[in-house]
This record gives sequence, C-alpha cells and structure tokens, in this order.
Amino acid sequence: MKRSALLFTLLGILTLGLFVLDLAVGSVAIPLRDVWAALTGGPCDATTADIILKIRLLKAVTALFAGAALAASGLEMQTLFRNPLAGPYVLGISSGAGLGVALFLLGAPLLGIAGHSFVQSLGVAGAAWIGSALVLAVVMAVSRRIKDIMVILILGMMFGSGVSSVVEILQYLSDEAALKSFVIWTMGSLGDVTSAQLKILLPVVAAGLVLAVAVIKPLNLLLLGENYARTMGLNIQRTRTLIFLSTVLLAGTVTAFCGPVGFIGLAVPHLARMLFAAADHRILMPASMLVGAAMLLVCDLAAKSLALPINTITALMGIPVVVVVVIRNRTIF
Amino acid sequence: MSILLKEISLRYGQRILLEKASATFPQATLTALIGRNGTGKSTLLRAIAGLGPAEGGIELCGRSLASLPARERASTLAFVTTDKIRIADLACEEVVALGRAPYTDWIGHIRQEDRTIVERALQLVGLEGFARKTMDRMSDGECQRVMIARALAQDTPVILLDEPTAFLDLPNRYALALLLRKLAREERKCILFSTHDLDIALSLCDSVALIDTPHLHHLPAGEMVRSGLIERLFAGEGLCFDPRLRSVRMRGE
Repeated sequence: MKRSALLFTLLGILTLGLFVLDLAVGSVAIPLRDVWAALTGGPCDATTADIILKIRLLKAVTALFAGAALAASGLEMQTLFRNPLAGPYVLGISSGAGLGVALFLLGAPLLGIAGHSFVQSLGVAGAAWIGSALVLAVVMAVSRRIKDIMVILILGMMFGSGVSSVVEILQYLSDEAALKSFVIWTMGSLGDVTSAQLKILLPVVAAGLVLAVAVIKPLNLLLLGENYARTMGLNIQRTRTLIFLSTVLLAGTVTAFCGPVGFIGLAVPHLARMLFAAADHRILMPASMLVGAAMLLVCDLAAKSLALPINTITALMGIPVVVVVVIRNRTIF
Repeated sequence: MSILLKEISLRYGQRILLEKASATFPQATLTALIGRNGTGKSTLLRAIAGLGPAEGGIELCGRSLASLPARERASTLAFVTTDKIRIADLACEEVVALGRAPYTDWIGHIRQEDRTIVERALQLVGLEGFARKTMDRMSDGECQRVMIARALAQDTPVILLDEPTAFLDLPNRYALALLLRKLAREERKCILFSTHDLDIALSLCDSVALIDTPHLHHLPAGEMVRSGLIERLFAGEGLCFDPRLRSVRMRGE
C-alpha cells in the first residue's frame, strides 16, 4: 500500500509538471514564469496570455482528459474480455467511431447539411458514439458465443480494415473541402480541438470516467471469470451495460475530436500493472488514468517538437510496451 | 435442509439428463456427486448455483432459488468452478478477499472484520504463510486451496465444487478430500462436489449422489456401496465393482 501511495504522488507531480511544460512548449517557446503569470492573471503581455489561455490550455486539458479516457476504456476492455491485447483501437471501436465521423464529415456535405460549429461538433461526436457503440455491441455479442480471444482480436482487425476500405470509397466520392477536413481528422490532433468541442468533450469524458470508477468492484470480480463473479452476487447484465456505456463515451468522444489515437488504451494499463505490480482495479483504474494522461502529454510534447501527427508518436511509444507484454506472456487473466 | 431438489429436470440441448429427480443435502455433510462424463454433473451443480436453467424446484436453506435476490444467493451459496485462475500480480489474500464481495461497499473496501475472516479462511485451508504469494507461482493443489478459502470467506452455509480433484496428483486428491470433510464437520457446511474418484467418494464422504441417467440416486456412502448401483456404471466394460473391497476389478477374476 505504501508503494502505491508513493507512486501515485510521484505520478501526480510528474503529470502536473508535464501539463505545465506542455503549456510552455510550442511554435513559440514561452518561459515558465510567463506561463504562470498568464494562468494566474499576473503581469504578462496580451499575446502570450492569449496563446496560453486560448490555444495551449485547451490542448493540454484535451491531452489530460483524452489520455485518461483512452487508458480507462482500455483497462475496462482488457478485464471484460479477459484479454491482455484488448483496447479500443485493437477491437475496432475507434474504427467504428472513425466510420461514423467519416460518414458525417464526408456524407453531410453531400446531403447539404452544414451548420453552426457547435452543431457540427455535436454531429461529429454523435456519429462517433453511434459508430463505436455498434462495433462494441457486435464484439460483445460475438464474445458471448465464442470464448476464444484470438477470434475477437482478428474480428476487430478485420473490422478495422473493412472500415478503412469504406472510408476510402467515401473519400473518392467526396469534394475537396470535405476531404480536407476529414484527412486532417485522420491524422489525429489535439490541437484542433476548439473551445466549442471542449464543451462537449469535457463533460462527456468526465461522465465516462465516473462510470469507469463505478465499475471498479465488478471489474475486480470479473478477474476470476464470469461464473465466479455471478456466484458472488454480480449482476453481469448491468455491469456489461455500464462498461459498454463508459467505453462508448470515452473512446467514442476522444476519437471524434482527436482523431484515431492508437495504442494508449492498449499499452497504458500494462504500464500501470508493471509500475504498481497490482491487479486490483482500485489501484489500476486511477493509475491507468494518471499514466494515460501523462503519456498523452509526453506524446503531445514530442508531436509538437517534431511537428508530427500525434498518433504516429503514440504508436511508437505504445508498440514496445505491447511487444514486451506479448513476449513476457504473463497470465494477467 | 441446506439444498433441496424437488422433482427437477435437466436438459443439455435436446438430451434429457435428469427427469424429476429429488434429493436433499443437509448441513454438516460432505456429498460426492459421481457419474459418467456427459451425464450432467456440472450442469446439475450450475443449476443449483443459479448459473444454468432447471425445471422444477430448487431450495437453498428453505428458500426458493428462483426468488432469492443475487446478493442473498451470494451469501447462501459459494461455488468453486473448474476455471483455472492464475493471475500474476494478484496475491492469495486478494483472491480470498474477493469472496467478501457480497458484504463490502460499492468499491469493495476490506474492513478489519473482513480481514480477520480472510486470515481465518487461509488458515482453515492450511495456507497461512501464503497471503502475499501470487497464484502464478503456486502449485495446482495450492491454487485449489486458495479458491476453497475464497469460498469460505464468502461465509455461506452451502459450498459447491466442480471436480476440485481433477488436476491434482494422488496424495493431493486425498488431502483435498480430507480438507473438505473437515470443513463439513467443523464449519458445519453443506458441501457437494463432483468427482471421478470412486474411492474418495465411497470412503471419505458422508453420502454419495450418483447420476444414472435420467435418475439421481442419493444414499449414505455405506448404502451406496451395497446398493448395486455403482456396478451399473461399469455395465459392458468387462469390469465389476466389488462391494466388499470397495474397489473395481476385472470380471470373473
């Protein structure tokens, strides 16, 4: 218990440090003193204050929430499917959200629907929720009948590939403006999140995180498998519904606004397990959220410094973790 | 009666496993459930645990299984399944503490009284020194004991076990059966477990339930030996059961 208390403190400080650093780093480097002044309303010039408060703060807050969201949904998926390689990206849930967004961004102009930016944001989010919910429903239905974890993973991958083909067809049919906004979306970026989008992202992700915390005890019981969980009084149907809702809200929303950000959901829960040497979700859930937030901040810093899309960086950082997990092949479930 | 089966019928797909079978299992008794593969031992245990469907009436401690809310069912009956649980990073005491789930709050906080119960459960199965060990580093016999400790921590009058001796070597099978016998006697539990170990069933258990499709025969162990029912398990195999020696031998020897 002492070890985890110390780790939580260190991780908290690290995340806070990265958050501040993320505000300072960018196309214009801003000294930490000015960052502090801008945040606290102290003396600093108006341009600096604008950059910090209107651009970088949005981006850093997005990274914080998106990282926690993806990690929490990954942990939920891994325990629910008893599969160390499960995650919103691998299972095709992000692809489902992507297909929803593609249909909306590329399809709406074809139908002549274009609206206010808030309506537009809500449309993107709604399309992503529907898309991710549909895929997750299929994956859950199949996993009830087929217990083989490989089948579920392959299904997720096949679905991902299927979606990219459909999206390519849509791209081929679309006009230039719609195409451009979609291609930018696929690169995945925290920087394009507007304050209008943040008004949807923050409360929805917060709700998803609350649900994730609410299923901590059911997730612990599911560690022993469904039979044990049920004979210990777990309402399996209710639990599945809560996890379903939580994952759709978390992974769907983040995908809608930040694009397909891979590997955070898959790798972060494993990092949390390695760091804390725990399987108890009372530790793993908050640990995953913190590590996820810190990791996406690091990815954002790297992406900004190298001017690369964020999902390139998350893949480069996440893949080694996954390789280690596969090679060590420890029994997590 | 801890478990009461009233004219229950069980099916597996189209196949009839049990037809209007009745039996009662009182507290403080150890009962072995025997029968050939595919005769429905697991299906029967799952039905009693509320995990699978059954026609007819099942009562646990005087209350109908169907009307028991999940939470009360969990404080009446604990189940040890055949699932192999080997989770790295999950210590024995954490697995056993999960048995306290029906009694803990929304996040599963373990209070001091829960901790005492967990310690006692580990003590009862002879794993006092194993609290911080993780199950991926333990033998099959030790893991099986952890799962039994978990069932004890659930603090239920009834415990069901599905083939608890299946993966164990010979000495461990007897050790486990003796442990179950002790728990039935000293903790006054009603314990029902399925097994293929005829000798354990007949010499260490109080009573034996035998599935002879579509009937369920339930007799005290001694009467089961003399009943001639066990011989029917070996019908047509060139083997016979010798009630005097309580063992199986070749026919005509």
